[in-house]
Amino acid sequence: MMIEKTVKIINKAGLHTRPAATIVKLAAKYKSEFFIYRDGMGINGKSIIGVMTLAAEIGSELKLTFDGSDEQQACDEIVAYFERGFDEL
Amino acid sequence: MKSFKDLYKNSDNKITGIAAAPGIVIGKAYLFSKEKLDINKSPITDIDEAIKNFREALKQSKKELNKIFGIAREKMDEVRAAIFEAQLMILDDPILLQNIEKRISDERVQPEFIVSNEISRYQELMIISHESYMKERAEDIEDIKRRIIRNLQKKRWQSKIEKDLIVVSESLTPADTLLFSRQETRGFVTDHGGLTSHAAIISRSLNIPAVVGTHDATQLIKEGDTIIVDGFNGYIITDPTEEQLVFFKEKQNKLLELQKGLEELKDRPAITKDGREINLEANVDVTGEIDMVITSGAKGIGLYRSEQILNELGAFPDEEEQTMIYSKLASRIYPRSCTIRVFDIGGDKFRLVKYKEPNPFLGLRGIRFLLENVSLFKTQIKAVLRASENKNIKMMIPMVSTLDEVWKSLKIIQECKAELKKDKIKFDNQIKIGIMIEVPSAAVMSKEFAGEIDFISIGTNDLIQYLMAVDRGNDLVSDLYQEFSPVVIRTIDHIVKSAKQSKIPISVCGEMAADTLAIPLLVGLGLDSLSMSPTTILYAKRIIRNFEYKKAKILAEDCLLCKTEIEIQKKVKKFFDDNNITRTRNII
Repeated sequence: MMIEKTVKIINKAGLHTRPAATIVKLAAKYKSEFFIYRDGMGINGKSIIGVMTLAAEIGSELKLTFDGSDEQQACDEIVAYFERGFDEL
Repeated sequence: MKSFKDLYKNSDNKITGIAAAPGIVIGKAYLFSKEKLDINKSPITDIDEAIKNFREALKQSKKELNKIFGIAREKMDEVRAAIFEAQLMILDDPILLQNIEKRISDERVQPEFIVSNEISRYQELMIISHESYMKERAEDIEDIKRRIIRNLQKKRWQSKIEKDLIVVSESLTPADTLLFSRQETRGFVTDHGGLTSHAAIISRSLNIPAVVGTHDATQLIKEGDTIIVDGFNGYIITDPTEEQLVFFKEKQNKLLELQKGLEELKDRPAITKDGREINLEANVDVTGEIDMVITSGAKGIGLYRSEQILNELGAFPDEEEQTMIYSKLASRIYPRSCTIRVFDIGGDKFRLVKYKEPNPFLGLRGIRFLLENVSLFKTQIKAVLRASENKNIKMMIPMVSTLDEVWKSLKIIQECKAELKKDKIKFDNQIKIGIMIEVPSAAVMSKEFAGEIDFISIGTNDLIQYLMAVDRGNDLVSDLYQEFSPVVIRTIDHIVKSAKQSKIPISVCGEMAADTLAIPLLVGLGLDSLSMSPTTILYAKRIIRNFEYKKAKILAEDCLLCKTEIEIQKKVKKFFDDNNITRTRNII
């Protein structure tokens, strides 16, 4: 099984360097594979340099996939971080 | 004495760039050039040795970056220091490192080639993005790439330069900027880079004047040259004349005095004794006033009277010219924001167009004029949009009297956005659009207006004039122009309440905000944003810091019950006496 979730960027500054770093740090805690898709292009969510190539401004939508034994926990924590607007609201 | 223009604007020893961090410095130039990357692509035989070297280079790079990250945390806030934290994380990126090591063993070429090739792929992805900050991000990645390659080549790290120099470079990485700042570097000049480059952000937070994006400063400036860097205007003077030196030294001294005299207030917030913060912004007529805006500690420009451009130029500038003017304004005021009021032509202001009107103040002015001249309006809207790339521009529509005018304007703005998108021109798609309320009909209907737009600013000069039906330039009736008339206070109260109901920002940008006597009353009415001439800001701040919002609210409630201007004035003056607030102004 794999979990797929669509999230929206809601903070003003978008997915800038600091949240990119936090997402990667969160993902590193889990065994599951984690990918972020934007406009069909997929990026490994455990790679900071990869996540940094995503230009995601406020209002843009990203697809997240989680695959592995702890996918539900990984999904919950990372999706919550997106929904909190990267704690910048 | 030669004029400012001769000495400066028209001088031929001037280099123009983007004003990235304010301040003026005069000093000797130090040309900092990055070593050319010479990448060895030759095949290797010992893969284990190559991977060992690669890991060693990563370790050394981490050591260097940790040192920089340490300085960053000491000199800057946590958020800015995060730039370096991300760089450190790249050195631990499992995907990146795996790929590189795999390619070294598969392709059997020098690790430096694989590192360069692999990281460049990510940079290319960043560069093709439409967002301007992604280009800057690619530059940051360049720093990491070079660092690893330099360490693979076992070259030394140049982290020290002489003191008290102005660093001139093609581009600067955040790490360079930070390291040089430790050597008491006095200024930065770069060929490339924009306002949002991390180097620009860092120089602003370290208070080191900087001019970026000059294109060719490194070609024009030689090592050891005396140069003047004007971080307010984005100019560099090379080989200055005696006159220019005198002029800039004087300017430096004046700025220093101004800063010293008001320093204690400048960086403190305009906050009432019981903790309500008032956002003080500046009204600006001409671009030359921006030094003052920055020095005054204003939070931004609350009103930029764009029609002054027409006054200066004597004609309608085209889209390119306007874009240049607004972009320069936006970049000089960055990271603060600027509210550009679109041309308010007509009335007493400009008679560029040949309409003979018996009552110009009740005639074709402000938005009415613009809706009659749509192509002109569109030219300005597009220029404002094009200047909004860094998201610090707002647009304001003057003299609105009906909802229909707002709808029409918003539709035209949408059209302009669509046209720019079609031409792939970048702008802030979320740009805030507001109106100026200065016509009684808009004041009465403010609730409905508030539902259509992003913010409201009250223009008191015209509002009072139209409410009282009085021409304040006419001596016979000018005493009827009453700022403290109950009509004015009640109207402002109504507009503030409408805006709050719709949860949109509301401010006052008329001269009333600059009348220091009116400040407690305006604050008491619930206004938390006032825009005034930059010279008034510090005085306003002093007053705000001397009373309680709680008491100002009671004052406002009292005044809303008054029947005459005299009653209100008495109450306001008493408020100043009771709270021991002295009103001094115009020291500057």
